[in-house]
This record gives sequence, C-alpha cells and structure tokens, in this order.
Amino acid sequence: MAFEVRFPVVGESVQEGQVYKWRKKTGEFVKRDDVLVEVETDKATVEIVAEAEGTLTINKNEGETIAVGELLASIDTSAKAPVGAAAVPAAANMPPIPSAPAAAKSAPAVDPRPQSPAVARMVAENNIDTSAVAGSGRGGRVTKEDLINQQSAPKAAAPVAKAPAVAAPTPVVSGERVERREKMSRLRQRIAERLVEAQHNAAMLTTFNEVDMSAIMDLRKRYKDPFKDTHGVGLGFMSFFVKAAVQALKNFPAINGYVDGTDIVYHDYYDIGVAVSTERGLMVPVVRDVDKMSFAQIEGAISEYAKRGRDGKISLDDLAGGTFTISNGGTFGSLLSTPILNPPQSAILGMHKIEDRPVVVNGQIVIRPMMYLAMSYDHRIVDGKEAVGFLVKIKENIEDPARLLLGV
Amino acid sequence: MAETNFDVVVIGGGVAGYVAAIRASQLGLKSAVIESRGTLGGTCLNVGCIPSKALLQSSEAYYQTKHKFKDHGVIVEKVGFDLGIMMKRKDGIVKKLTTGVEFLMKKNKITYLKGFGSFIDKNTIKVALTDGSEQTLQTKSTIIATGSEPIELSIAPFDEKQVLSSTGALSLDAVPEHLVVIGGGVIGLEMGSVWARLGSKVTVIEASDSILPMMDKDVIRTMKKVLAAEGMEFHEKAKFTELKKSGKKLTVIADKGGEIVSIDCDKVLVAVGRRAFTKGLGLDKIGLAAEKNGKIKTDGHYATSVPGVYAIGDVIDGPMLAHKAEEEGVACAELIAGKPGHVNYTAIPNVVYTWPEVASIGINEQEAQAQGIEVNIGKFPFAPNGRAMAMNETEGFVKLLADKRTDRLLGAHIVGPSASELIGELAIAFEYSASAEDVARSVHAHPTLAEVIKEAALAVDKRSLHS
Repeated sequence: MAFEVRFPVVGESVQEGQVYKWRKKTGEFVKRDDVLVEVETDKATVEIVAEAEGTLTINKNEGETIAVGELLASIDTSAKAPVGAAAVPAAANMPPIPSAPAAAKSAPAVDPRPQSPAVARMVAENNIDTSAVAGSGRGGRVTKEDLINQQSAPKAAAPVAKAPAVAAPTPVVSGERVERREKMSRLRQRIAERLVEAQHNAAMLTTFNEVDMSAIMDLRKRYKDPFKDTHGVGLGFMSFFVKAAVQALKNFPAINGYVDGTDIVYHDYYDIGVAVSTERGLMVPVVRDVDKMSFAQIEGAISEYAKRGRDGKISLDDLAGGTFTISNGGTFGSLLSTPILNPPQSAILGMHKIEDRPVVVNGQIVIRPMMYLAMSYDHRIVDGKEAVGFLVKIKENIEDPARLLLGV
Repeated sequence: MAETNFDVVVIGGGVAGYVAAIRASQLGLKSAVIESRGTLGGTCLNVGCIPSKALLQSSEAYYQTKHKFKDHGVIVEKVGFDLGIMMKRKDGIVKKLTTGVEFLMKKNKITYLKGFGSFIDKNTIKVALTDGSEQTLQTKSTIIATGSEPIELSIAPFDEKQVLSSTGALSLDAVPEHLVVIGGGVIGLEMGSVWARLGSKVTVIEASDSILPMMDKDVIRTMKKVLAAEGMEFHEKAKFTELKKSGKKLTVIADKGGEIVSIDCDKVLVAVGRRAFTKGLGLDKIGLAAEKNGKIKTDGHYATSVPGVYAIGDVIDGPMLAHKAEEEGVACAELIAGKPGHVNYTAIPNVVYTWPEVASIGINEQEAQAQGIEVNIGKFPFAPNGRAMAMNETEGFVKLLADKRTDRLLGAHIVGPSASELIGELAIAFEYSASAEDVARSVHAHPTLAEVIKEAALAVDKRSLHS
C-alpha cells in the first residue's frame, strides 16, 4: 500500500515552499519519524518526517516549488525492512577474504541500495559515499557508470578559478568572464521582500549612542566561571543587552508596540527577537517573556537558537511574533551601522564591535572598551525624544549594571 | 446470452494478444480475445518459434547421432529417422501449448471468441464467428494484436507444395532433395538447418552483403563457416529474379552483381521477411490507416491516434519477436489499467536457433562504430572451455562490448552451444545497467559454458585468466 506524503499546512500564511534537501532517496527504506525532506518556506525550513514505514518514492525534486497539500513523496508500506542486520553475521562466517573487512570498515554503510560487484569494489577502493549519487539503475541502484560519470564530472569551478589567482596575483583575465545566475531561495526572496517593505512602510530613522563596556566586561570577567559552573551556559553580553532593553521598553511602551492602520498596538509582554546569521540567511528567532527570565535562561535560549540556526532547525514557531529586535553586527566586526526594522515592529537595536578608544572621564583621557549603539525606529509612533531616551536608558543600564538588579 | 460488454477487447490471440488479455484480467479488467486461427498462440506457437524448435531439435538429434556420437565413442550402426514421427511430435507439442493457452483464458475468466474481429467503430467490434454467425461487442478499450504474415513475392507466390512459406516448410511430408532458401535471415537459416541436417542440399540466396545482416560481423563470419560445414551453400549480394517451373522441377534464377546464377531444385522457401497483418480489420472505420510498411503507428505507449485503441506486437514497430510482443502485451494492459507499464527495448535478446546457436543483445561492433561509440571489446572462444570440450561443442565465442569510459555493457554476442540460454544472464545484466566488471566479478559455476561469458567480461579489461 502506498502512503502519501503531502506538504502539510505549516503556518497560516504559508501557501507554498521549495524542496530544499532530500535526506532520503527514492528506493530507500524509511522508518517512522525519519526526517525525509527539508522544505524551505517564506518563513523557515520545515522538516517533513515519515509517518509510515516503507520504501520511499520521491515526487518533487530539490529546488522544485510545492504547494500546501501537494504530493511530496509516497511510501510503499508493503516493502519489508532491508535485512542489513541479518547480513552481517552471514558475512562474518565467510572465509577471511582480505579485502572484505577493509571494505566493510571504509564503506560508509548509509546507502541501503544494493551494490553490484563493480560498485562494491569501487566503493571499497575509493571510500566513496554512494548515498549522494543518483542511481540510474533499476530501483535507483547506483551503477559503475554512475560512479565514473560522477568522478569525471567537472568539479566545482572554484578550485579551478583559484589556481591562476595564486600563480598571478594581478588579476589577468584569461578566457571568458563568467556571469552566474541563480534563483533566490524562498527564504532569501522573503527576506528581500520584507526589507524593502520595511523601508517603504515606516518612517524609519536611526539614533546613535555609545556605551562604555568596562563595567560589564569586569562583571563578566569576575563571574564567568562561577556562572558557567552554576548554570551550564556561558555568560555573554547579549543577556545584559536583552535585560537592559526590557527595562528601557518598560519606560517607553510605544517602542514595544506597532502601528496597525490608525491604531497603535501595545504589548504588555516582552518577546525579543535576536537576529542570528545562518547559512541560509538572516533569521530572527524570538526569546519570549524575557522580562520573567534570568540571565542564565536568556543565555541558554540564545545559544540554543544559535545551534539550531547552524543546523537549519529553526522552526516557524520560533520566528513568529516578537515585539522588539536586537541585532549584533559586532560579531562580524561592524563599527557602526543602521539596522533596518523587522516589521511590524517599531524599533530595532543594533550592537556593534567593542573597541578600545580614548574617552574623557572626569576630565581625564582614559582608554575604555567602547561600543556604538544604534537604534532604528518608526518615527510614526516613536518620537525622537523617546528614542534618544530609550538608548540613553540602555547605555545607563549597561554602564552601571547594578541598575538592572535594582530596576532603576 | 453471452457477455457483450467489455473493458478490453483484444483482436488477435497470439503471444501479444493473449498475454495482454491475461494481464488485463489480472488487473480486474473484463477482457475478451478474438482469434480466427482456431487455436490460440498465434504465429509463434502454431507456425513459428515452437514447431520450428521441435523440428530443429529432432533434426539435430539425428545429425548428432549420425555425425558426432562417434567422437564420444558411441557407435550406432544404422542411423535413420522417421519424418512422420518427427512431424507428429511437433504437432503434439503445438497442440499441448495452444490448448494450454486456451485453458489460461478460462482460468483468467477471459472470453475467447473464435472468429475474425473488425471495427464497426472504436467502441464496437464485430466478430465473424467461425461457425458462420456474427456477434457484436461493446468495449472501452481495444488492443490490436493481429501480428504479421510471411511476405509473398509476386515472382514466386506460395503454393506451400513447391514454393513454401515458413509455414509450409514446417510440414513437408518428405525431405526435399534440394531446397533453395530465398533470404538468409533467421527463419531461412533455421529452416535451412532442419532440412540440411535431414539430408537436403540447401542453397541460400541473400540480397544483402551477407547472411544474418543484422548480426555482429564476427558472428556472421563464424556462422557462415559453421553452416557451410553442415552443407549449406550461400549466394550473397544475389537478387532473386525469376522462378521457372517445369513439373516437379524448379529453377531459381538470381542476379549476383551481373552474374546470372541458375539453380535447379525441387523446393523453394521464400523467407524474405514478414509483414504486419491488418487486412479486414476495418481500420478505416475508426479513421486509422496502416503505415507504408503495414505497421500501425503508436505513441510509444501503444496508443494509436484513436483514443482507446491500442496496438502491440508484430503489428507495430520493433523487432518481430515473441518475447518483445509478450512484454508489450503486459505493458499495454498495465497502461490501460492506469499503471506505469514499460518495455526496455535496449535489452531484448535476439536468438537464432541454428547449431551452434546465435544469441545477441544490445549493439554490435558495426553499430558502435557507426554511432561513434567508443567501446572496449572482450572476446573469448568456447574452444578452451572444459565443459564445451566435454560436450564436444567447442565452436563459437562470446563477444562483449562495453563503453570505453564507463565500462557499461552495450552489446553481447554469443555463437555457441546453448547460446539462447546463456544470453539470459546478460539480459539481466543489461536490465541492471551492469558493467563488464560486474559480470566478471560474479561467480560462475565450474565447469560451465557460462564461464566463457565471465572470461569475455574479463577480456574487456584485457585480463582474462584462461587465454
């Protein structure tokens, strides 16, 4: 019997997605709850898991667009699980052919497709992982021809292009100059749309300040180890900024709200988006109810998102909502930039790199670790006075973290 | 009242037709098959593959006993044969098989109508029953599986007494003194072999450059040598121009590049090919016309240009082979039932049941050359093979063609004992897109003829062990 794998409803606004990566191949035996495929939507990458056990047949190739409800794949539930496990003892009983154990060790045994004798030899000799090779043979089997074609296929252009660059540092244009055109991923398209939308729909303005980081750096230096020992998570700067932002938002509620037509929507909760850069583009997962969280909980939540961002496992739920955003361009070395709003939010705080600079303190020129802060805001509901006040409030909280404790 | 409404009506109960009906029935379609011959199984079972193999086997048994047993030390003082028994045995096999197919129709609840089917419109089929009555069937889909018939030459129309088609050549009541075979293809050489072994002088007249023109050049060379040793004579590049009759004596005149050859004989077998059969089918009633070569055009999925009307087997493009027809029958029924039916036309074996036999699959060396495909060729003879020696059958070779770059098998050609059975291994290899190395690395039992295939596969990589 064939079990149909359809692209499910993953969010109200999601109508379609793009098949990003198949984790399983046609002909492969899949178990219940195995991740079959990653589908990229406007908002995030969704993993589709197998809800039945059997042999997979893929209907949509990587890169293809798929609408909600459309058939992604089918699973032949009448297929029996491959008897891979049973084959091992049988093989162990065989006379010790010298090449066989070596083959067993070096062959990445992830590809369940049966191998012909010549394919098995090539896999053993060259330590090839066939799971990434599309099989042209019966039932998706990889043939010797497939492996040879794959090996002789032109490698990615990059190393070839690099070679002359090393030999001749002055760029000598030899041969053709290549222009490459690639379709934007759905995520990238959506990011692009939203950024332009933000530029167009808000009266966006940016205000700057700078903050002396010595107090926090001292604090961090002093408590780094005990914090880690106690909470199992490192103490970063981010938690201080999140905490500082919450206090500032409490003082300036419009910054935590947004414009909806002719209304202003205020929030009495504080869900702060923390921009993280991932391989597939910028994502802003949301740490919720941060006002009720400890430093350790905030650090924990952020590091979890960072990890999931790297693994491409940030879900749609993680991205939904958010009342304010903090973006840290400093991790990439930015000295100063003007962040762009994450609509419909009204403000975004930009952190930058910490740099030792001469500053005047009490009439003395001293060296202090300084960071520029930038806040872009929607001038329609946030007045300049409020925005400046908000940033000053953050500055005060960071320069004198005891204020965070006392709530002043 | 007999059933008259069907999902599928198959016109023609040959191998393509009856197999399509069985498969359709298996898939839950109500099916009928119409056949006018009186027995099912078509050309293949009645007047083709099966009776010819029966006679080839009988004549080979006689030939072996007479000429080859003494090499084994088996002394048979007086060897003779009874043509009547041979023919009866052949007829018995045909009867057993055709009635077997009739039973399969019953078993699969297929309505079998003995009569001549033709179109009234695309959903209505008229059957002129052999008992003289007439019946009309309504059907959703129709499969044309009317097969083919021997091509008749105007200069030598069949009388099946002196001028024979393959059908007549299978039921002679006496061994001809001198049989002239027009056409050195598969049928001509097989029937020529039968009668040559039984004592006829056989002369083959072939218009093209050589006998078995579709075969690999090495195969052709070996077969010419072998068949000549059996007593056959060949006139190649010779055009049959005239047949003179005077009583029982016939004279075949052929033009061999300007040289006029005149051959006296008592029988002529015209085996210049077969032509798709669509006569009386009423194709015009559904707006369908056969192509110039008599074949019905289909779209690659056996659908004709008329919706709901399909065609399979000899009546459509491709080699006129029973196993090809059978696969098409299965695939067509599956497609009608909405399933993905498919035939792999690059992996159809082709066999000539002479002795030694010839079997091939894929492209030959000339084709590779013409198509600009670079190949590695591995060839190994049967002569050094232990089993072949034990059998006293060391004539022939296995020749494999593999893609020079990828080692994928592209062609296999066997001349040798039981080549028809040996080719099966290579058909599977082709279906699985195997490389020569795959075959070389597969364990072959020792001592067997199949070891020659393995050695030929090794020879592709120039590393055969026993040469």
